[in-house]
Amino acid sequence: MKRKVYYTRKIKRATHLLFYRRHRKPGVKGWELRRKLGSDYSKVLKILDGHLEKLDLQVKTVFEGEKPAGEPTLEQLDKARFYITLRGGLTPKETKMMGWRIDDIAGLATAISYIITKKGKAPREEVEDLLRNKLPGWRVDINMSRYIRSGYLAEDENKQLYLDWRTRAEIDQKALVALLLGTETEASIS
Amino acid sequence: MSSKRKKRGSEHLQRVIEMCKSIEERGLDPFNVDVDDILAVIQKYFPEWESLEELCLDAEAIHHLASIIKLQGDWVKHRSTSLYTDPFLLEEKIRTLSKEELATIFLEAWYPVIELEQISLHSLAEATKYWQSLLPLSERWLKTGSLEMETGATTREELVKLRILAEKSFLEELEVFWEELKHRVGGEEKILYWDFIGADTHYETIKKAYMASFLVTYGYATLELYPLEEEIFIKPFEKSRSMLGKKQMVSIPVSISFEEWTKWKGGKQN
Repeated sequence: MKRKVYYTRKIKRATHLLFYRRHRKPGVKGWELRRKLGSDYSKVLKILDGHLEKLDLQVKTVFEGEKPAGEPTLEQLDKARFYITLRGGLTPKETKMMGWRIDDIAGLATAISYIITKKGKAPREEVEDLLRNKLPGWRVDINMSRYIRSGYLAEDENKQLYLDWRTRAEIDQKALVALLLGTETEASIS
Repeated sequence: MSSKRKKRGSEHLQRVIEMCKSIEERGLDPFNVDVDDILAVIQKYFPEWESLEELCLDAEAIHHLASIIKLQGDWVKHRSTSLYTDPFLLEEKIRTLSKEELATIFLEAWYPVIELEQISLHSLAEATKYWQSLLPLSERWLKTGSLEMETGATTREELVKLRILAEKSFLEELEVFWEELKHRVGGEEKILYWDFIGADTHYETIKKAYMASFLVTYGYATLELYPLEEEIFIKPFEKSRSMLGKKQMVSIPVSISFEEWTKWKGGKQN
């Protein structure tokens, strides 16, 4: 019984930490969760993930660099960032409620998948050319700025575009490329 | 080595550096560079370089060539991963798919982050208190009538005494304050904001809070907020990282009213 109360309390605390934005970016670092929830925070998150499944949500772990092949080490978990994301997909109607037009989503899909095939870095000019193929010129610049502002893309001083934190947190990159090429995928890189 | 030959060699190395740089910066295919060929050129001129400038140029060429070899390595590594896709094939696919098809595909691989933003009762109370104490604009911008005064001369000492001029320049004072913060933090990386600005008198506390606001604005320190715990930490940087004009700045109002100060002092004494 004591154990149950203990975990109920920890789950509530984890829910507050993960749902409410505490910093400039959403999500919480592993070391922060360890400090607030204790060393068994992975177990707490696992139980919370089970509860969230019923709501079509999940606790997502985004590791620094590539996802470790085996069990992640404590250090890797400490450096990872934890988010709450949707578990299932969205329907086109639902995206409208989130303020995304079909043009915006198609543009984002194009920009992200193009950068993935270019090893995670592509000149802004090339991406814009590709977008201009389907979107009016005046919209391209607005959309690119929106993708950068939202954290999907980042741009350096040489006008090179990179995938930013939100892409790593929200998008199953392998599935996206595979779907675009019309192939099936089972594994996920994220 | 004749000066003409030296000049030619130096120009050759400059071209190599420029080429490597443009590949690095523009993300072009690193295999466009024939590493063996360039190494042979560098080797050819190396025994004859004498001055420091010439040797530096040689080192720079080697450095950029090493970066190109690293890029070639990364390229091979990427090709061997399951994420590798022929960019031309994908570009072709993107061109042929309609906007609707692209969006539908994207939705199957998109799991947006869920986050909430909600004001707490405490922040609401603080904000109300602030609003109530805020004077109307008409009063704040009230112009005082000018009085006719007899003009005269004053000295710097008198201005310092009247607190019109400071004994030290503001930046000097700020740097001393920064050192004080670093000293107070000691081995830790941050300190509770109130523990740093809190002083024996309310006047001194306000003065320290005023200086702390400039430490943060000028990039000498940063604030860390923990809304759930209602805690604010101030964390000094080793070097100043001014973001003024580079980044969207965020203002964080912190109440340092007499009541807050009394509460803090009481807590400290207990």
